[in-house]
Amino acid sequence: MHWNNISEFLAMGGYGFYVWGSFAVTFLSMAIELWLINQRRKSVTRTLEQ
Amino acid sequence: MEKKLDINWFKYASPKTFYPLAGKIIPWCAIGAAILIAYGLYIGLFVAPTDFQQGEGYRIIFVHVPSAWFSMFLYLIMAFYASMGLVFNAKLSYMMATAIAPTGAMFTFVALVTGSLWGKPMWGAWWVWDARLTSELILLFLYIGYFSLQAAIDDKNRADKASAVLALVGAINVPIIYFSVKWWNTLHQGSSVSLTKAPAMAAVMLEGMLVMAIGFWLYSIAIILMRVRCDILERDSKLQMFKKD
Repeated sequence: MHWNNISEFLAMGGYGFYVWGSFAVTFLSMAIELWLINQRRKSVTRTLEQ
Repeated sequence: MEKKLDINWFKYASPKTFYPLAGKIIPWCAIGAAILIAYGLYIGLFVAPTDFQQGEGYRIIFVHVPSAWFSMFLYLIMAFYASMGLVFNAKLSYMMATAIAPTGAMFTFVALVTGSLWGKPMWGAWWVWDARLTSELILLFLYIGYFSLQAAIDDKNRADKASAVLALVGAINVPIIYFSVKWWNTLHQGSSVSLTKAPAMAAVMLEGMLVMAIGFWLYSIAIILMRVRCDILERDSKLQMFKKD
């Protein structure tokens, strides 16, 4: 393990905003994409069932 | 009597047969993606050591590089399907190209934003108009151009063909992005990873990047197949509407 405690982990040696910002943008984008495709699927299966 | 080997090479070119095949592949890719991304994050955040020059800030590499790789790779795959669509006039090929575009655009956007977040603390700039950054931005415009063209043309067949041509013409941008750091004097660093030489980075860091990259690949396959299945259903529902008349 590389980190002595959680606050060190979150601080990322001073680069916290940039590192966590990057991970957040990445995973948020992927999550939104996943959510959107699920919405589209629900909408089309609803249309087909009519 | 000769027994003729009868292979239907175009079996899965039919949306009807492709649909269940895609359905079987998706869960495996989704699970694989989740496992590899989790493992990649573990390596990137807990195992990989601090960088000598860039401290902890370099850890952005574990999302920036895989997303940049996929922004380019997915564009090439999209261009390939576009060319297959044009050559075979195959609807499903066009549908695959269309399904790839949003995911490719997403990774391009992520590569640009994570790149900015790296650039600001390291080089003092959110953005520079160097060759790599500019050509990656152009890639984003190409993806956006692809959707816009599809949306702008009412006739689905013509829309598919027009956007396929755009995808093919735009493909020249991908080698430009890739070789930009070699051909021009860029702020963006040169390539540390090559097919012919030993990597210029610690093995653990490379491992983390590769694991994340494969995870992103499996994620892409799952999402793209989900999207093409939705497209197949949507087009089918439209046909059913016509049949009822």
